[in-house]
Formats: sequence, C-alpha cells, structure tokens
Amino acid sequence: MTTTLDGSAAGPGGDPAPPARTYDVGASDEVAERGRLVVTLGGGPDAVTIGVFRFGGTLYAYENRCAHQGGPACQGRIVSRVRERLDDQQRSLGTVFDETTMHIVCPWHGFEYDVTTGRHPGRPDYALRGVSVDEEGGRIRVTV
Amino acid sequence: MTIDDEVRRLPTQEITTHTDSREILANAARDTERYALDEYFIVDVDSHHVELDSWPEILKYLDSPVLRDTAEQMMKNWPNAARLALHNHSPGLTMQDVSGRIPHQAALGEETPGTDNGAHRDVTLVRRAMDAMSIDVQIVFPQPMLETGLHPQPQIATALLQAYNRWFTAEVLPREPRIKTMLGLPFEDPDACLATVEEFADHPGVIGFLVTSQRHAGVHRNAYMPLYRMLEERGLPIGFHAGPNQADSMTSTMNKFLSAHAMSFVTCNMTHMTNWVINGIPERFPGLKTIWIESGLAWVPFMMQRLDHEYYMRQSDAPLLTKPPSHYMREMFYTSQPMEWTDDALLESTLRAIDAPNSLMYSSDWPHWDFDVPGRIASLPFLDDHAKRNILGETARKVFGL
Repeated sequence: MTTTLDGSAAGPGGDPAPPARTYDVGASDEVAERGRLVVTLGGGPDAVTIGVFRFGGTLYAYENRCAHQGGPACQGRIVSRVRERLDDQQRSLGTVFDETTMHIVCPWHGFEYDVTTGRHPGRPDYALRGVSVDEEGGRIRVTV
Repeated sequence: MTIDDEVRRLPTQEITTHTDSREILANAARDTERYALDEYFIVDVDSHHVELDSWPEILKYLDSPVLRDTAEQMMKNWPNAARLALHNHSPGLTMQDVSGRIPHQAALGEETPGTDNGAHRDVTLVRRAMDAMSIDVQIVFPQPMLETGLHPQPQIATALLQAYNRWFTAEVLPREPRIKTMLGLPFEDPDACLATVEEFADHPGVIGFLVTSQRHAGVHRNAYMPLYRMLEERGLPIGFHAGPNQADSMTSTMNKFLSAHAMSFVTCNMTHMTNWVINGIPERFPGLKTIWIESGLAWVPFMMQRLDHEYYMRQSDAPLLTKPPSHYMREMFYTSQPMEWTDDALLESTLRAIDAPNSLMYSSDWPHWDFDVPGRIASLPFLDDHAKRNILGETARKVFGL
C-alpha cells in the first residue's frame, strides 16, 4: 500500500473500488518513447483521470493525482532524474541528467516520481496510484 | 479498434505557463467535494497577484515627476526594464519554478479575453483561483513588490509603495469586493508609514498593513511606536510578510535556492519576532493584532522554547515582560502556508503549541511554487471540525472584522 500526505489510502485498505473495467484509450503510436497520453475514463463521480507513459518501450499508467496535495502529476514535465557527480575524493563535479531514468513532475509543487515505480525518489512511500495498462494489436488498454 | 466512448483526452496534455488557472487547479475541486468545502467560510490570508504585468500602469501613479521620468526612461531605453523599472528584483528569484517544473510560479500567461488593462486582468486571475479553490475572501498581495523592503534606495522604495498602494486601491479593490489587502508600509521611513496608514486605512478592502521582507530595521525602535499606536487605535492588524534573500550574510553561503528559501523566510520573521517580544511590544500595545505571514509554522515552537529558556535566566534583559515569551507568541496569529507537513507527530505538536484553533489562519500563497490548497487544512487528522472552521476562515473573520 502507498500513502498520501493527507493520510488517505491509495491502495488496498482505501475506499472500496468500483468494479474494474477495461478501456481502449488509443493507438500504440500515440504514446511515443518518453511521451504521454492523459485521459479521463468514465463519467460522474467515478470518473478517473490517468496518464499513460512510455519509457524504454514499456507503458506505465498512473492516476493523475499527486500523493502530496492531489495535483495533476501526470500533466507535468517529463524529465530525467538529476544526479550529482562526485570524483574519487568526494568532490562535487556538478549535476547531470541521468538519461537512464524518466521522471514525471507534478506541476503544482514539483514532486517527482520515477515513471517505472510511481514512487518519489527520496521518499518512496509517497507514490502515485498505479493503473493496469497493456498493449495488444497496436492498441493501448487500461483497466481501472 | 477505436477509442472507447467513455474515454476523453484532456485538451491540455502538459500544463505550462499558458495553461488556464482553472485547469491548473482543477484537481482542487475534488477536495471541495470530498471535504464539503462549499459549506465552510474560507478566507485565504496570503495570496499574490502579478503586479509586474501592470508595471507601466503602476508607475504612472508615482508622485514625483523626477522619479516618473526616471521610470519612463528606464522602460524606454533598457531592453528588459519594461516591467522592472526602479524595482529591486532580487537575484535568484527566477530559480523559484525549479527549472520549469512548477510553471505557475514563473508566469500566469493564460488568456483573459475581454480584459482591458492590467488591473482587470489581475482581478480575473484572482477570481479564477478563488473559485477553483472554493475561497470566499482572498487577501491579495503583490509579489516582487514585497521585496521593496530590501530596496537599496529607501526613498525609491517609499515612492514605489505609495504608487502601488494608490494603484491597487484605485484600480483593483473596487472591481471585486471579495478581494481584500494589507498594504505594504515603507518601513525605512517611520513618518511615511504613518502617512500611509492615514491615507489608506479607511479605504474599502484595506484590512491591515504589512512589513514586507525587511529584516535590517529593528521593529522595536522608538520611531515605530507612533505607528503601532495608530494601528492599535484603528483596530488594524500589522502583518510581517517574510521574504527570501540569497544575499543575506547567512544565505550568501548557500549554493541552492532550496537552502536559501528554507532559511531566509524563516530567519526574517524569527528576527522580528525576537525583537517584538523581548522588547515588550505586546505589553505596550496589547490591542495590536500581530500576524506572521508566509514563513510556515515549524519555527514557532522552536522560538517559543528558545526564548523562554533564555528569558528564565535573563529576565533583566526583558523587563517589560510579565510572562514568558511563548505566552505572547500564543496570543499572536499565524498564516498556515507553507505548512510543513512531513511528520504527523511534529505537526500536531506544533499546532498544539501555537493554539492553532485560535491563532492559525489558512493561507494559500497562490500562485507560488509551495502553495497550499484548503484541503490541506480540511484533511488534518488531528483537528476537530470546529478547529478546521476557525483555521479556514472564522479566525480571520474575527481578526479582520469580515
């Protein structure tokens, strides 16, 4: 289970979820490498907005709700993780982008999440709610 | 294969500086529903508008023909001065948006169809934010103008504050009664402070006055006593709105905006709080309501303990006090943002220490990068509904007579 900063549960133990349903959200080529597709599924009070991302050829999907204050995390910048390089004497050599990573950044307050885990890199119990996504026959389907 | 009927693509896939505030803040509506925020009276005691968008309009309100000419020449001749003439824009402030990760901090560049000047556009943006966050009354401050307390030329700071205050009261406040303000005081000039209160105190929508960003003038100086007396007699609160400065002696060692921001806002208000309490200003002006703004809360219990500890050993250094410093601090008011909620137990202890149900007032600080939505207060697990109602608006209603 992941937690949110306002104490609400974002996984098992939270509010009882409505029955799962699978949606066709678009064609595979609509989500490029390091790209995204943000869609709202369903209507009324049960509607949920999700972001689908592709990194390393794999799709990941998360609810568009930051664990911090509920901001639209999936609509923020996509950027590699910033790392600081040190030499063998622990002296700083400055910062670089780690091109082997992909972060999504909540535009409300800058909370960053590793797209492969949905977790904040420094506080992994702050996490986005993951959504099941698969790809078949050139189509992307998510189940919520 | 086709997209399911019940799948709707968001028109804005990525939020930028050009995204409409209502869309940026759309998720706040979930809190409105979840916590029934429409049933609360919500006052936002600290928010900001974008005065530099209206800078040429504001500078027209400068009293001095010489300064007005200086401003006009700067705007005409300096390529980047159209929105900065005469201003002391602090270096480092453009780091606030974390390299574009938090776009609304850098600019609210959205369309506002039908607006015919800067003030009209400003009011439109404020209304959008208020409606998106279910806020009933918003106390609105400028942004870079709050740095005026650090202007290297105090006489220009005084002139700019006068021009801004005249522009805001003439052009912004009359357009929207839900907007209120506490106007900045030209603190370097005590006589000008008195003139500012005299000129604006009775203007509709002006509900107090601010000391902004200033940290180099001791608030206990005798020259300020007439100001405090005047505010006390008029029943108008004084607010200390902290501001960051990476050029302070301490923060100048810091190589990251995070570090300077974390320390600078807080030490600004810690300095004033110390002088305010230890010199017995609350004893001299017991009816003067004092508000500490935009410096979070975590520093307050630290100062309560630290000042009490020293006071018990050095009572003769603070002869006007008749009770420990923390007791005075508990009778003051604090705005909530940025509420450092990283550890439930520590936050709960802080709220208890400051008597939050009677001293704490919600503030969003929108559109700054560390703003708080009202749901932040509504979701606190260790406060009852009465306390939440007070924090979200009822305490502000009393403090400001709303």
